[in-house]
Amino acid sequence: MTTSMPLVRTLSGVVPAWQETVSREDLRTLCLTQKERGARLVSLWGSDEGEENFDLHLALAVQGGLRWLRVPLPPHDPSYPALDDVFANANRLQRATHDLLGLLAQGAAEGRPWLRHGAWPVDRFPLRKGEDGQAYPLLEQEPYPFVTVSGQGVHEIPVGPVHAGIIEPGHFRFSVVGERVLRLDTQLGYTHKGIEKRAESLAPTELIHLAGRVSGDSTVAGAWATAQAVESILGRQVPERAEWLRALWLERERLVNHLGDLGYLCNDVGLSAGFSLFWALKETALRTHESLVGHRYLYDQILLGGVAQGLTVRDCQSLQAECATLEREVHRLQDLLQEHAGVQDRYLNTGRVTPELAARLGLVGLAGRASAQAWDLRVSCPTVPYAQAEVRMATRAQGDVAARVAVRFDEVFESLRLIRYFIEHLPSGPSLWDAFPPLRAGVGVGWVEGWRGEVFVALELGAQGQVRRWHPEDVSMSNWPILEHAVQGNIVPDFPLINKSFNLSYSGQDG
Amino acid sequence: MANILNEILRHGVRSESFSWPQADLETWQQALWRRFGRALVIRHVDAGSCNGCELEIHALNAPQYNLTGLGLRFSASPRHADLLLVTGPVSRHMEEALRRTYAALPEPRWVVAVGDCGRDGGVFGKSYACLGGVSQVIPVDVVVGGCPPTPLQLLEGIWRAVTSARGSILPQPE
Ligand code: SF4
Repeated sequence: MTTSMPLVRTLSGVVPAWQETVSREDLRTLCLTQKERGARLVSLWGSDEGEENFDLHLALAVQGGLRWLRVPLPPHDPSYPALDDVFANANRLQRATHDLLGLLAQGAAEGRPWLRHGAWPVDRFPLRKGEDGQAYPLLEQEPYPFVTVSGQGVHEIPVGPVHAGIIEPGHFRFSVVGERVLRLDTQLGYTHKGIEKRAESLAPTELIHLAGRVSGDSTVAGAWATAQAVESILGRQVPERAEWLRALWLERERLVNHLGDLGYLCNDVGLSAGFSLFWALKETALRTHESLVGHRYLYDQILLGGVAQGLTVRDCQSLQAECATLEREVHRLQDLLQEHAGVQDRYLNTGRVTPELAARLGLVGLAGRASAQAWDLRVSCPTVPYAQAEVRMATRAQGDVAARVAVRFDEVFESLRLIRYFIEHLPSGPSLWDAFPPLRAGVGVGWVEGWRGEVFVALELGAQGQVRRWHPEDVSMSNWPILEHAVQGNIVPDFPLINKSFNLSYSGQDG
Repeated sequence: MANILNEILRHGVRSESFSWPQADLETWQQALWRRFGRALVIRHVDAGSCNGCELEIHALNAPQYNLTGLGLRFSASPRHADLLLVTGPVSRHMEEALRRTYAALPEPRWVVAVGDCGRDGGVFGKSYACLGGVSQVIPVDVVVGGCPPTPLQLLEGIWRAVTSARGSILPQPE
């Protein structure tokens, strides 16, 4: 229990964040007021405080930073008033918190399980401290109670968990009339790997390694956010050059992912030449990573206290040269797509999320910006070196596939500009701590704008500096439900295209 | 259309030749030719990966690797496939789907376990949620380690699978 804590406490570190203890009784009122002032729910999770005591935690994005609310629940009564009517994305977060830890959201709109399919019994909660994390006796997979739509001519199309293409597993249940989608109900959780349990009692260095594998396509963002959290607990800044290099890698990660997505967005409308042209560019960029740091996707480049490799002058020159080539090539491809009537016809008005809907449901990240939700941590809460570089946020208001494509193009060009800026102004000095500060107990947060959107991390280290609780949140958790709205009224064959235009992470949401 | 053609011509042929010894490559292609009529069909299953391994399987489709030219193709259905490419530590929630996909593959069939996770669970290990590797669930012919393995390592693994001892004792078409 944390009753001895002062009411509001500023957390150290690069992310502006405050932690406060809130009583269960005050929680709803506080959330309602915060929501009215424009706050957004970033994450919701729970922790086992021992002897049948549990805390609920919420992270709210507010003006100028992050408010971490800690809500001690009374012993033997791990429940709290549901918040899904205040913040739409609380729905699945509440269900996940129940599946893993047994905290119950009273009065929630739905009680279906979310992450538990039958790998553990309904009355056991793997994240509780008393559970050893080992396998439970094998249970029957429980059928998921999908929402059904009835009416004349309505039929269902079940898809997954194994899909036709090379994609992650998940189940999509379409209710359709003819070719039109009336409703989509999604069941995720197939890739649940128990990462939060796995993290318990790891040393912080091992944790960073795991954090880079929550969602492999966002390894830099995931590892950086976790590194921020540890560094904030240890109370020591990383060398300035290291922060610049981390940002450089984050922009490279954004660049290669956007190039790949743009390729698939060509492929999904039958323009295979576009696919090949984009993927040839992506492959070249991946090989550059290989030659610079020895890993095509920059895994394990973010270390506690800095980055794994400094860059030589020659490395910087080759990156600069590559930026110039990419800029030229991507401009040509952008023209190609814009002039292609067939492509534009498939993109325009497809999978539309209006700005009003986006605001109501809390769409964020890349997809949010394509629906006029002007939030980008690099602009809204910039850390070093983003503050200096003055990032130009890409936004569109149309909210369709075309808008999400346009935001990707804008962000490719902005990332190329940033990479050049970072290289030109790269501070000299070390790029890693020379010695490790002593480990200690404490709490910290990390918050990074990955290519898909924000990656948030809450961390608590125990007395010997080992992990007590680590909760990473990929933006996918909040954005997945909105895909169900985006496909309504569209035709089934456009689903792969709409899905790709969001390109959300299954692994990142399943944990 | 003219613009697209122009762009394709400007880029030219991007596919590359491999660094493996020519003789090895020929053995491989002959094996492919004999057993599969030069069309080895692959089905991929993500059994709980972090999606890093998928990035490299996607990258195999980059023009540099000339996959179709080598006689490899990904299939939408396991029923048309000769080889199963499995990633991830096998999450408990994917165990059943993996078993069923494997069962749907016609004989003869090969299984390649991809990545450190596919080998033994990797960073995720064995737990209430992970089974700790593909071979815990279905028979595996070849393991391609790495986190994630590169496209060339994947190709090499596929090649080892179809030229493996188990492969060569199977009846071969005339
Ligand atoms: S081997 Fe590495 S890249 Fe592949 S799924 Fe496992 S953690 Fe991800």
